[in-house]
Parts: sequence; structure tokens; C-alpha cells
Amino acid sequence: MAQIFNQSANTISRVGILCALLALSGTGWIAAEVFWSPYTTMVGVPREQPVPFSHKHHVDGLGIDCRYCHVSAETSRFAGVPPTDTCMTCHSQLWKQAAMLEPVRQSLATGKAIRWNRVNDLPDFVYFDHSIHVNKGIGCVSCHGQVDQMPLTWKQNTLYMKWCLDCHRAPEKEIRPRDEVFDMKWRKPADQEKAGRELLTAYHVQTSRLTNCSVCHR
Amino acid sequence: MPMNRHDHHPISETEDSGRIDISRIRRRLEEMHGLNYWRSLDEIAGTPEFQDFLHREFPSAASELKDEVSRRHFLKIMGASLALTGMAACTRQPVEKIVPYVKQPPELVPGKPLHYATTALLDGFATGILVTTHEGRPTKIEGNPDHPINLGATTAFGQAMVLDLYDPDRAQTVLNAGKPASWEAFLSVMNLEMRAQREKKGAGLRILSGCVTSPVFHSQMRALLAAFPLAKWCQREPVGLDTVRLGAQIAFGRAVETLYNFEKADVILALDADFLSTHPASLRYARQFSTRRRPDTADGMNRLYVAEPSSSITGAMADHRLSLAAGGIEALASALAHRLGLPGDDGGAGEHGGWIAAVAADLKRAAGRSAVIAGKGQPASVHALVHWINGALGNAGKTVVYTNAFDSELVNGMESLKKLVADIESGSADMLVMLGGNPVYDAPVDIDFSKALEKLKMCVRLGVDENETSRFCHWHIPAAHELESWGDARAFDGTVSITQPLIEPLYGGKTPLELIDALLRQPTRNSYTIVRDYWSAQNLPDFEKTWRKALSDGFIAGTAFETIAVTSAEPARTSNIRPGGGLELVFRPDPSVWDGRFVNNAWLQELPRPFTKLTWDNAALISPALAQREQLQNGDVVELEFRGRTLRIPVWILPGQAENSVTLHLGYGRQKTGRVGTGTGFNAYALRTSDALWFGSGLQIRKTGETYPFSTTQRHFNVEGRDIIREGTWQEFQSDPHFMSARTEPEPGRDDTLYSPDEFKYTGYKWGMSIDLNTCIGCNTCAIACQAENNIPTVGKDQVARGREMHWIRVDAYYRGGLDDPEISHQPVPCMHCENAPCEVVCPVGATVHDDEGLNMQVYNRCIGTRYCSNNCPYKVRRFNFLEFNAGMTSVQKMVKNPDVTVRSRGVMEKCTYCTQRINAARITAEKEDRKIRDGELVTACQAACPAEAIVFGDLNDPASRVSKLRAQPLSYGMLGELNTRPRTSYLGKLRNPNPEMKS
Repeated sequence: MAQIFNQSANTISRVGILCALLALSGTGWIAAEVFWSPYTTMVGVPREQPVPFSHKHHVDGLGIDCRYCHVSAETSRFAGVPPTDTCMTCHSQLWKQAAMLEPVRQSLATGKAIRWNRVNDLPDFVYFDHSIHVNKGIGCVSCHGQVDQMPLTWKQNTLYMKWCLDCHRAPEKEIRPRDEVFDMKWRKPADQEKAGRELLTAYHVQTSRLTNCSVCHR
Repeated sequence: MPMNRHDHHPISETEDSGRIDISRIRRRLEEMHGLNYWRSLDEIAGTPEFQDFLHREFPSAASELKDEVSRRHFLKIMGASLALTGMAACTRQPVEKIVPYVKQPPELVPGKPLHYATTALLDGFATGILVTTHEGRPTKIEGNPDHPINLGATTAFGQAMVLDLYDPDRAQTVLNAGKPASWEAFLSVMNLEMRAQREKKGAGLRILSGCVTSPVFHSQMRALLAAFPLAKWCQREPVGLDTVRLGAQIAFGRAVETLYNFEKADVILALDADFLSTHPASLRYARQFSTRRRPDTADGMNRLYVAEPSSSITGAMADHRLSLAAGGIEALASALAHRLGLPGDDGGAGEHGGWIAAVAADLKRAAGRSAVIAGKGQPASVHALVHWINGALGNAGKTVVYTNAFDSELVNGMESLKKLVADIESGSADMLVMLGGNPVYDAPVDIDFSKALEKLKMCVRLGVDENETSRFCHWHIPAAHELESWGDARAFDGTVSITQPLIEPLYGGKTPLELIDALLRQPTRNSYTIVRDYWSAQNLPDFEKTWRKALSDGFIAGTAFETIAVTSAEPARTSNIRPGGGLELVFRPDPSVWDGRFVNNAWLQELPRPFTKLTWDNAALISPALAQREQLQNGDVVELEFRGRTLRIPVWILPGQAENSVTLHLGYGRQKTGRVGTGTGFNAYALRTSDALWFGSGLQIRKTGETYPFSTTQRHFNVEGRDIIREGTWQEFQSDPHFMSARTEPEPGRDDTLYSPDEFKYTGYKWGMSIDLNTCIGCNTCAIACQAENNIPTVGKDQVARGREMHWIRVDAYYRGGLDDPEISHQPVPCMHCENAPCEVVCPVGATVHDDEGLNMQVYNRCIGTRYCSNNCPYKVRRFNFLEFNAGMTSVQKMVKNPDVTVRSRGVMEKCTYCTQRINAARITAEKEDRKIRDGELVTACQAACPAEAIVFGDLNDPASRVSKLRAQPLSYGMLGELNTRPRTSYLGKLRNPNPEMKS
């Protein structure tokens, strides 16, 4: 009986299999690239806001402390976004006519809140608490980046679970003295890991349980 | 109005398969010599349905949608949804909005809940509650630990009231003749009417309300009756305390309230009195009673005797329970009086002579330390007799105290309702203002209330919902929910409790205070001003301070009624107190929907009733003997004929039911209510006449041949007769505290496992729970507290029948002994949080894992729904979301959800987490202060709600913690500990304290 397949079928099938493998891994590679790219993570992409609020101007330029607006960062799971009232403490005196601030004045006049676009957004099954991080010496910069250098605020980190766990597995790499938490200019010392371990002990951080699921998920 | 209102029920003929044979069950029970526990008749009979529930994790086809979907179509849908799921993962996270306040309230910190003390009402009586609100949204109710009437506990009703607040079926607008109108339009019409009434001194004006204990409301009514001297006020509750008050009036010749102190009582006799669960002071009574049920109590265990027609929460706690027709209680009380040496005849104790003699001797021995109590379902003559007996035993002033009454004159709801209807019929009353209530539905059937309403010139109803009565009213005003209202009320001991709102009225509802105020003066005041004005005029010392303290505490300290000394006279005896022959019909409020007012509350509807474990329904409860005689099975529809009226209703066979008593629970079969309650159950009011409000003889029962499908959880999650509940007697315990563990299989050693016993060191906290079966009364409050705390959905009657109910903690009922008079025990079962958890090792995706404090965690976002874990769980405590049970909620309904707990979606397993969100909150608070969590600082939702303090949670690594001490007690055992699961939830074995002179 004659052969069904020509000899060239061997080559075709080899090339075919190779191509299929390449296509598969290529798709995987593209998917991974997209997954980690700013397109998906929004890392480094300045977010449009109803009022183009500049952290750079207010923090770096004017030297306003984080807690002036984010009042509950030390006490609550939610750091707090300032009510219109807070904006108006200064802007009832300064830049009273600025067109840029019209939505703020409108908000106060009508009693309708400003609807800001959330920049750092965790999935709803994650229960993050600002207060415990701040109280145990995790600086604002560790997660939010150099906010004082952001004219329009962007997300500094992916906030993926892997990123959370990197720190929860080795908090000594990020922990800093409690007094320095809100300091935008603080830099890690050369012996950060050693100093970090000392701080972990001093602040009674239970490192062994930081990777338990129930710490973040309920 | 003899008619059958239930034609809409899906009653169908079914074949005879799986019928249970009572005589066979009796034989089997005899073979077991009363040693084994059973949970349902099906279990002993071994019916095919029961076998099915036993051998499958979930009943057959539980995992399938019953829709007619072809396999091909199903695959098409699956393919599409798979593709969609894949695509969904490729989309970017949608942008969320942050909406801050414009002006932030100073007391509010975003992300931190606030707690306010306020008051919950049932039948007019207050209990103190603390309400948790998240950014102005009330989500959870706890008992107020400082309030003297409930001492931190709540009832199931109290827990569920937050769901009523967000009920989408609430009345939302003012209605005039069924058409939307405005409050202002109502006021102008009412002013004209009131002017006409003023001219005739209010002769035509009637106010109808439920029982009211509010001092402010009483003062308003005094003012109203002064301005309109011929007007009348009728206070009436369908399941009120008329008989109790009338009995006290007979005994003492004046209106007094009776308050018990069960903490001081060594011997208690309850005559058809469910004082642990349906009394206005039952939360306090349950606490007092439970302190004397612990084996290590200083004064020794108390002994409880109960005689009742139908199993009650109190009856199940009894050391000796007598199933007795309601009509036989008076003869029993009379015979008891005789035995105690009081004048009067024997009353015909008959067959129960031995029981009464032993009880009488026990009561006499404990004279001054005993208590006899009668229930509101017993006539006034029994109450009078009980007062007399308590007086003769020297209990008055010790275990029983008397106080001034809420109303100086005797309030008889039934009589004043009759008078009201007569006045309307005669034309002398032409204007009626109804404050809540639903008399068209719940008035005795021989009073045609709807016909009377049609005669009125002006009829106004203020109510949170539109019901059967609303459509007969010219005006319907939406009422503010209790959580939206200012007001006040007295607790059963007299303590004045303040109601303050947690939220602005969602639909502009008005309070009763505002409506009555509008009848008196205009412009109207708001209820805050009304309440504050009243109390500021009461000469309280340093008013501003007292008022602020009252709002912070939830009550005004020191306002409890003072006790008074009264002496009971010998009551006149009824000449014929022997019960009539034949069958007796007994009416009781439903354990979940009460008199019908909670019928639209899905949490309460789905809560399995304490003994029947029925959900979403009521039934005619019959005794096994009657079932045998009439050849009846569970779900057989019968026709009950009582005093010329008939009702078709399915039966449920209840072990321990008095032989010739048929019990009907009130509150079901509503015709006009919301989407949850419509079409559920059967209307027992259709047989309730004014001469037999609670029970009456002369019932006829006829089998119709039809059957009705019930949804009961009795057979679900069964653990096949293993050693899960342990019981003994106090006498045994005194002779050998370790007697219980001595007769059970020992737990294997810690290292006897194939898995690594040292995987977790548990060096930090080691969470554990202890549940005391001695004090647990089986009231179900824990189940509903858990539901509220943990965003547990309800699933509906059809889904419950398939075993898909979602409660994280269930209360199992166990029977032991004969069918007619079994001992009944309750056992709450949450997740055991096993150290060697069988569920963890079978999960293919690591969705159920351990943490290093011993919590067995369920990670929802990992779970793919294999249900292997549930299959491997020996305790059957895992619950699976077969469907999207949270779908279709309106934005208002969603407001009830706890923001600290994930709302689970379809295909995800879930179970008790030991309230991990509360552990985290407590841990974060403690760690911020660089300290450990203190014992008692952290309580689970079930523990917080428990009236009997039966549940204790804490750190097992702290030897001083309460849970460690309980675990060290000799009665402590782990359920199925012989499996070496090393459960973190442990139980304290149940002891009863039987009278050695009585045989069982």
C-alpha cells in the first residue's frame, strides 16, 4: 500500500508543532506583558480629576502635612478624603475666583459632593487598613510613592497581591521609625534590613502571621 | 366569617411512598430503651427521603437547576459564559469614585463604625439595644449590656429589625383612598374633622393602638382626652397580656405587674408559661435562669417543672415536663394548691396525682426559694391561683415581686376592642385613628372589624407597611421605623428607655407621637422636640446632663418601678375546671413571625422553628398519638372545624405534644403584605374567636387526602447517631465530675495523625469557643445574629427544601425517650475550626486553609466550588452558594450588608469564620496600643446575642481566659473528638436535675 503521507509531511508537522508552541507561548507572553503593563495596572498614569488637584504644589510647594486632609490615616482603615469644607479653609481666602476651583465652590454652594476618581483601588475582597500600617512604621511613600512630586496623582505600584506579599514576607525592607511615616524626604539607611528588624521587634510586629489569608481577606 | 382563605396553596395529591408508621416507630424506640437520641420521626422510621438526605451531602439534584434546559442548550450557555469569564479577566478594573462629605459630621471618622444606644419594642415593651452604623447606615443590632431588662442580649426579633428598616415593601407615601397624597393635604382634612369632633367633645373620636408603655405618649393621650373628654383610647395586642393583668386584678384587687427573680429560685414550676422566650422580660429571665443551670453555681442547680400542651423553649429546659392539654392546667394548679394544704378541692388531678404530689413536696421544701409562673395563654383564674400559691409558699417579695402597673387602670384589650366595634356599629364613633396594628387580619374572627371600618366617616392608619387593614382606611400615613424615630418606652421592669434615630426616615415616615401631636396642635412639632419637651418638664435633676446621659446609656437610670407589697386573696374557683372531652385547639404566637407583623422579614421566615425546624410555614401541630389515631402523616392537609368555622391546614407531628391538643401558630396566611410574606403559611386567626383566644375544646379534625410540601431542616446535615450530644444528671456529676468522659471513647493522642502535628505552633493567640449545653435554651438568636453580622443570604422555601439554607450556625434539636414525652435538648453547631481539619486536606485549590492562630479559613476568591470540603466535613457545617442568592437586591436592600464582610457569589463555599472581621478589628486596636487583646474584649456575633451566655469565645493560650477555664471543666468535650479532628469549638455536656422521688 502506498504511503498516505509524503515525506515532506514530517517537516511540515515539525514546523507546525513548533509554530503552534511559539504561538502559544507568544500569546502567553503578550498576555503577561499586558497584565503587567501600565495599560492594565495604571501604574504611572496620571488620573484625570474633576479638579486638577496637585499634590506637588500643596505638599512640596506649600509644605502641608498629609494628615491635614487625610485625617483618619492614623485612626481608621480609610485614610479619608477631605470634605469640601477642608478645601475651603484656604480657598475661601486664596484663589477665590480661580476658574479651576469652580467645582469646589459649586460643591459648597449646592451641598453636592465632588466625585473624585479613585487612584489606588484594591479589589473589594481585600480589607486594607491604613491605621495599622501607619502605626507600625510603614511610610506613605512605601505604597503611594513620592506623592509630593506628582502634579496629578498617579498610582505608584500595581497593588497586586504579589506586591503586597513582597512586603508582608519581608517587612524589614520597608519599615521606618514611626516619626518618619509622613516624611516625604525620608530615605532608607544603608543598613535598612538590620534597622528594620530592630524596628519590627520594637513595634511588636507579628511577622509570622502577616501572610495568613485572614489578615487581608474576610 | 367562616371561610377558607387559603385556596392559593399548592396542595397536591401524592402517592403513598415513604409514609411513616407511628406504631413501628414506637416499637423501634422501645428497642432502643430510650438511650439513643433522634432528631425526627423520619430518622427512626428510616424513610427513603431520610436515607437520601443521609447518604448525600446535599439532597439529590441539589446541584442542578430544575429548569427545562436541554444538555445542548446548557453546553452552549456554558461555552458562552466561559468565554465571557475569560474576557472579563482581560478588562481593566473600572474606575471607582470617592465621594467625600461636603461638611463632615464631627463625630464621624470614615471607615470607623459608630454605636448608638436606643430601644427596640415588642408589643410595647422596651429592650435596650446598641446599633452599629457605618457612615450613617445602621447594619447591626446588639443588646445594650447596661440595660436592666436584657443585660446585653437580644431576641431574634431584635436582631432582625434592621432588615425591616430596609424592606422595599414599606409604605412610602401618604395615601388617600389608595392614591398618593401629601402630609399637608392630610393635615388640612384632619383639621376639619377635628374641629367637628371638638364641638361634640370628641364623642366620635377613637384612637386604636397596640400596648403602649411610653410616658410621652401617655402624657399626650392625657392631653388629648382632656381636650376631647368623650374620646376613647383602645390599647390592644393580638397576643397581649390581658389574662396576666386580669389575673393580678382578681388576686390583688388592683392593677399590678409581676416580675420574677429566677436567680433566687431553687424550684420553678411553669404552667404553660414560656418565660424563657415569649415573655416581655424573657431576656432577663433567661439570664437569671441560666446562672442557676451551671453545675458549678454556688447555690446549686435549680429544678424546673413544666406542664404545657405544646413543646416550648422553656419546656425543653425542664427537668420534668408534663404534656398536658391547655385546658387541664387549671385543674392541675388547683390540685397543686390542694396538695400545698390550701383550702379548696383536689380539682381532679386524676392520672397526674403522683406528678403533682412530688412537685408540691419539692415546692414546699423550697418555700421562699421557689416560683410558680403561669403563661399568658392561660385564663385569668389560673394567674390568680398562681399568685395565691406563690403567696402561700412565701415566694412573694423574694422570687416574685410586684410593681405598680403601666396603666393605673386595668387595660383589657379584648374588651376595649369589642367596645370600639360596638361604638362604630352604633354610629357613636365616626373617626378612628389607628397607630400601627392590623385588626382586620388579627381581630377575633367573630368580630367583623372590616365591616365596622367601612362605616367610619374618617379612618386614618399610621403604619410602616400597608396591610389588610390599610385598604379600609381613608388615609394611610407611612410610619417611621423604630430606627428612624425619636421616642421613649418602658421596659417590663419600668425602666424608661429612650429611642433615638440612627437615620433620617427613608420615606418621610411619621411617628405616633407626631400624629397625636398633630391632632392636638399645629404647627406640629417633630418627635425630637416632643420627647425632649416632655422630659425637660419632668423635674429631673440637672436636666441637660441627665438627658445626655440617657441618650448615651439608652435609658434613664433609676426609673424602674418600685416594688410594692400586696397580698393575694383566695381566688374564687371556677366550678367546672375539668377540661372538656375531645380535641382541644391551642393558639400560640409564631416563634418567628409572632402575631403576623414579621411575616415580611426573610431572616425570620427562614429561621428554622425551634422544634419542628419548619421554615416559611406554619402547621397544625399534632401529637404522635393523634396522628396514629387519625392516620396522619407530616404534611397531610386536614380540615379543622372549630365553633362553626373551618380551616384547611397541613399537620406536623410533634413529639411531646399533648395527646388531644392541636396547636396553631398565629401570624401566617397574610393576604396583603410584601413580597416575602405573601402566600406563606395558613391563617390561624380564621379559627380564633373572642371566647377562645388562647385555647378551646370542641375541635373536629378531618383528613382531606391532600398533602402539602413543607420545607424543614430537621433532616439536613445529619451526623448519623454518633456521640455528639452528651447528657447526664447533676446527681451523677456530684458523685463523679468526670462521669461523662468516663463513658465515652477517649480522644486519640495529639500525634496520632498521618499529617504533621507540629505544622502550626500556635504561639500567639489560639482561638477557641465553648458552648454550654446546660444554659443553651435553643432560642435561635445566635443563628440570626450570625446572619446579620456575616451577610448571610436567605434562599427561599423551595431552596431550603433542597438543603441549600445558608445559616453558619444551626441549632439542632435532639429527642430522647418515648414519642409522647421525650426529653428535648438543643445543640448549636457552628464550624469546629478543627486543628486537624478534614476539609483542608481535600481542597484541590487551597481555598480552605489554616492560619497560625488556628482559624480554619475559607478564601472565597480561590474557591472553585468542588464541594469536596463539605463532603469531608464530619460536622456538616459548610454551606455552598448554589445560586446567586444576593442577586437582584435594590440599593436600599444592600444597605443592610456589613461592609467588613465579603458578599459571596455563586459557586463559592462558606462557613463560620469565628467572626474573623471582629478578630481583625480587635487585633488592630490592640496592636496600635502595643498590647494583647483582652479577654472579653472580643466577642463573636452569636456570643453577643445569646441571652443565656452559653457561648464563650477567646484565647486558649491564656489560662486565665474564660474559654480556657470552661474547657478545663470536666464536662467539656469535643464533638466527635475520637476522629482526632481536635475541634476548637467544644461543648459542656448537659446536666439535668431530676427529682429523685420521680421516675423520669
